[in-house]
Amino acid sequence: MNIHEYQAKELLRSRGVAVPPGEVVGTPTEARSAAKTLLHGGAKRLVLKAQIHAGGRGKGTFSNGFQGGVKLTESADAIEEFARQMIGNTLVTKQTGPEGRLVRRLMVAEAPKIERELYLAVLLDRATSRPVVMASTEGGMDIEEVAAKTPEKIVRLTVDPAFGLQPHEARRIAAALDLGGPLLNAAVKLLLAVYRTWWECDASLVEINPLCVIATAEGGRDLWAVDAKIGIDDNALFRHPDIHAMRDEEEESPLEVEASRFELNYIKLDGTIACLVNGAGLAMATMDIIKHFGGEPANFLDVGGGATVEQVTAAFRIIMKDPGVRAILVNIFGGIMDCDVIAQGIVAAVKETGLSLPLVVRLEGNNVEAGKRTLADSGLTIISGDTMADAAEKVVKAVAE
Amino acid sequence: MSILVQPDTKVLVQGITGGFGGRHARLSLDYGTQVVAGVTPGKRGQFFEHNGAKVPVFDTVAEAAAETGATASAVFVPPAFAGDAILEGVAAELDLVVCVTEGIPIHDMTRVKRAMSACRIKTRLIGPNCPGIVTPGAGEHSHGGCRIGIAPGYIHRQGHIGVVSRSGTLTYEAVWQLTCRGVGQSTCVGIGGDPVNGSSHLDIIKLFNDDPDTHGIIMIGEIGGSAEEEAAAWIKENCRKPVAGFIAGTTAPPGRRMGHAGAIVSGGKGTAAAKIEAFREAGIGVAETPSVMAETLLQMM
Repeated sequence: MNIHEYQAKELLRSRGVAVPPGEVVGTPTEARSAAKTLLHGGAKRLVLKAQIHAGGRGKGTFSNGFQGGVKLTESADAIEEFARQMIGNTLVTKQTGPEGRLVRRLMVAEAPKIERELYLAVLLDRATSRPVVMASTEGGMDIEEVAAKTPEKIVRLTVDPAFGLQPHEARRIAAALDLGGPLLNAAVKLLLAVYRTWWECDASLVEINPLCVIATAEGGRDLWAVDAKIGIDDNALFRHPDIHAMRDEEEESPLEVEASRFELNYIKLDGTIACLVNGAGLAMATMDIIKHFGGEPANFLDVGGGATVEQVTAAFRIIMKDPGVRAILVNIFGGIMDCDVIAQGIVAAVKETGLSLPLVVRLEGNNVEAGKRTLADSGLTIISGDTMADAAEKVVKAVAE
Repeated sequence: MSILVQPDTKVLVQGITGGFGGRHARLSLDYGTQVVAGVTPGKRGQFFEHNGAKVPVFDTVAEAAAETGATASAVFVPPAFAGDAILEGVAAELDLVVCVTEGIPIHDMTRVKRAMSACRIKTRLIGPNCPGIVTPGAGEHSHGGCRIGIAPGYIHRQGHIGVVSRSGTLTYEAVWQLTCRGVGQSTCVGIGGDPVNGSSHLDIIKLFNDDPDTHGIIMIGEIGGSAEEEAAAWIKENCRKPVAGFIAGTTAPPGRRMGHAGAIVSGGKGTAAAKIEAFREAGIGVAETPSVMAETLLQMM
């Protein structure tokens, strides 16, 4: 699960990470009042940031033509005017796709005087099954680009999950980032707090980009998390009701939200052939084989190992709400599940939803003959596929016709 | 022969009194597997009965193993408690723990792996989020084999092909393609779809390579991580047996989790294209579609 920047910063701040003072607002008037409070408190410059679950906001474009989802200014008037342009409009960035995301909330925050931009992340290293801290002196840019062009500028430190990040390890990272003198202690405190956030929140990723060395009003220096991104392990949400409550369904595709209510794994794609499959691996492989025979999959849909009639019906309903779908391929390997029960589910779902698109069904496994008979006797126009390849070829052909 | 388990391996089931665990314990008994004990804390002294079999239930794995001689466990414990259940099997010094449970928090699994990385740990973990292991038996529809987990037993046939896969249904698909061609399997292992799991493709491939009764291997991978690439590199240098493979997820969009927690292309890493390239580079026969996994291997043999 992804959360917003302001939510991520709150999780970090509450664990001791310094973040720019700021507020989340929902209207231009609120934006203005938040700006005034910050200016009154001594902020010299302010930033207004659109809150959506996608990167590239600064270079994004709004549906009304307004440029940039991140704006810097020194006046409360300007903040209010920018907010008016952003709230209620759709922001398109390189990560949102052409449909963009509706902006409903903004963050108004102090924009500090930045001296250096660094990169810091904690994530899982799959090769060692341990957390890894990644840091770089090249902050504020795409880390994948840094990794490709100047990999020597990224330091990685694998953490023993039994003990967590140790102060001496944090000092090593700080040294690699050239954070010495009075900044060293601030860096160690921040690194330990960022790691603690990753661990305590069951995060899959905590990324701070940029992590900034800033000039304080008193003439000193400090380390602030100027932007932050956190992803949470869905499997662990059950033990974090507070974080679970941060889920923003408006940021997810409506069909995917509906699918999740029926415990279906659905991901919408741009093709014309919908698929309904049991098992994640087989579902991926079904998409692949559609493509192999010249079609384009419209979705990934795994109904799981023990799909019920209700789930199959819900799955058909969701598939049919996608206006791009021209045909459906059902691919079930009923190992333990009775294929006849699945066939009855398909027939019930087709009748209930009044499906009129070509439907190709490939059933294999337990009691498959009875299942095929149920489909044949249903009076419905169902094309039967014997193997995955046969079914995929037939569904691609059905779309071509 | 086979790897990991034989038809006479004694198996205990953690979570045998739950709906899911009980159902699959019955299917394993029907298959002829030696299910000798169940473990459900607080239910010691009860019996799990099925078709004349009376399987004693214990409070702890250590007790169950000591009383019955079980050396392998199937874990059907809910996600919040599954990490602990795995470590209970490790502490009881079982040879093998197979964790079927899907949805274990990833941080819990990093702790489990950390605990199992200590020296003198003798237990091997398969899973979590996996269909388990089947070593087919000699009977009709491979009856009499060892089935630990949730795979359908009857699709197997005793023979000499090893199958290793992250995905359950794709394993069944490969097994069924073999069986339909009259080709049997030595052992079929589902290692699971989570990003942190007990045994990797490579761990299992090494066992197949050393098993005199395994003559060829089907390896099924998917997007995410680099376990397939690591296995391929080892195969290129060391494997003495023909290997055919399939990688699922060529059409998966980057940055999205495809059902399995571990099936995600992130930061341009873990793509199907890179894995298929690694397979080709290692001389692994690449099945162009999942329909020809068995065919691809048989052509190499």
